[in-house]
Amino acid sequence: MKRVFVNGLLWAFAGLAIFPLVWMVCVSLMPAGSASTLPPPLLPHDPTLVHYRALLGDGGLKRAFVNSLGLAVVSTLMSVSFNTLAGYSFAKLRFRHRERVFGLLIAALVIPGQVAMLPLFLMLKGMGLVNTWMGVLIPSMAGIFGIFLVRQYARGVPDELLEAARLDGAGEWRIFWNIVLPTLKPVLVTLAVFAFLGSWNDFMWPLIVLTDGEMHTLPVALAALSREHVQDSELMMAGAVITVAPVLVLFVALQRYYMQGLLMGSVK
Amino acid sequence: MRTSHRESLAAWAFAAPALIVIALFFGVPVFAGLALSLTDFDIYALADIGNLRWQGWNNYVHVLSLPLFWQALGNTAYFVVLGVPLSIALSLAAAVLLQSKLVRFKPLLRTALFAPVVTTLVAVAVIWRYLFHVKYGLVNYTLQHFGVDPIDWLGDPHWSMPTIIGFAAWKNFGGNMIIFIAALQAVPHDLYEAARLDGARSWAQFRHITVPNIAPTLLMVAILTTAGYFQLFAEPYVMTQGGPLQSTVSVLYLMYDEGFKWWNLGLASAVAFVLFVIIVAVSKGLIVLQRRLTGEGA
Repeated sequence: MKRVFVNGLLWAFAGLAIFPLVWMVCVSLMPAGSASTLPPPLLPHDPTLVHYRALLGDGGLKRAFVNSLGLAVVSTLMSVSFNTLAGYSFAKLRFRHRERVFGLLIAALVIPGQVAMLPLFLMLKGMGLVNTWMGVLIPSMAGIFGIFLVRQYARGVPDELLEAARLDGAGEWRIFWNIVLPTLKPVLVTLAVFAFLGSWNDFMWPLIVLTDGEMHTLPVALAALSREHVQDSELMMAGAVITVAPVLVLFVALQRYYMQGLLMGSVK
Repeated sequence: MRTSHRESLAAWAFAAPALIVIALFFGVPVFAGLALSLTDFDIYALADIGNLRWQGWNNYVHVLSLPLFWQALGNTAYFVVLGVPLSIALSLAAAVLLQSKLVRFKPLLRTALFAPVVTTLVAVAVIWRYLFHVKYGLVNYTLQHFGVDPIDWLGDPHWSMPTIIGFAAWKNFGGNMIIFIAALQAVPHDLYEAARLDGARSWAQFRHITVPNIAPTLLMVAILTTAGYFQLFAEPYVMTQGGPLQSTVSVLYLMYDEGFKWWNLGLASAVAFVLFVIIVAVSKGLIVLQRRLTGEGA
């Protein structure tokens, strides 16, 4: 009895969580106008890919998709490199003021990013970086949270391993590249998933920095599209699927790493 | 401990790229923002910096005298006060249910419950707008079967914020759920065994064993979620554009409008710092509250 109750409750719960996403796919396959009828249809009677064709053709979301993908890949590569180097340095290399600098970084975590947003925009404007790829990438190139994740993980690397390599005459870079990096693989994947999702889903900063429609990322382009096409629910749903599908697939494939990162981040 | 010169040189070289990026593009702007909030930086100063004038605390006085600021703060507080408990309750309920030994297909269910977290906010906001459509939305259609008249969810100032709260709770509860699952796994198993022998029912077990044991996690989650929810922006931007009747203008929405729409960057910076102070104060308040509660319990 209790078994049925608990299972039923949980399935209903999960069903409600996933329902909007399933429904999004269904509506995106309906011919134009058929979602705006009563009763609201749940399943497409004659499925069509016409909206996907329209959106992925010229003038649709194709450009924005390429922009988003490119930005997400580059920002992931940059932030993983920078954060990994710094996180390892804070975890394993001895230098003066190490703890003080790290403490400062952790203290800065409480400052919401929006406080820096307006002056950063003015700075980038002064540097001629508004409406450039560099301008969008800059805030995501390195992050305190990422450094923190790597540091937590890298502390598990045994010191004896590093000392032995030093006695053998290996340089610090070679030690990092040949010995440390392979052991950090899991946290690198975690970091990469976070960075990719963060970049792909980011809305406010690209909205501010990229004024040229040709350079819009998917979320910004989708928001603009939804203001123009308020009535075309089927088309908008196809746009939502195109935006959400890549990150959902990535998440399902790498969810173990993602959730691990979430947990490591919560033991501050 | 001997610190070799070579090692410390390498250490700085490794940390430098990240530290330079953070100092230059986060540290400097934070201080610049503070300075900016004390000036009348606007569209004229943007054109010619010679028009810039020192304002002292005037922007802060101005912000605090703006009716729209208080409306935005009220809306944001409404979102936080209702949204945070709702999100946390959903997270905890899902985590507790997933912990049950009676449940099968756990990984599948967990993935389904977590999926909304990784979705793109703008895209899922589009879905919600149609689900809550006054005429063709599934929500009103379903409610109609229970005799409820159609509600203009996003067009009625009484319902716009509750709808956004529901949206945020749906989108975010999975994140805290994962943290709660880990916390629940750390609760010693024999505590539950002992309670069961004493005849404690499920609810009593939850109340007297689960909650006290995960209290530190609960506090941390409450603080992080509260701080995050105070930064409400994208939801109203995409779903309601702050309307109807400014019922979903948040503090950050006001900052965005003042800063990037009207180019009142000095005033907008003051709004940002006021929000920052509020977030810090509320977080501190939660910590003090928790100390007092546990202090009484002991």
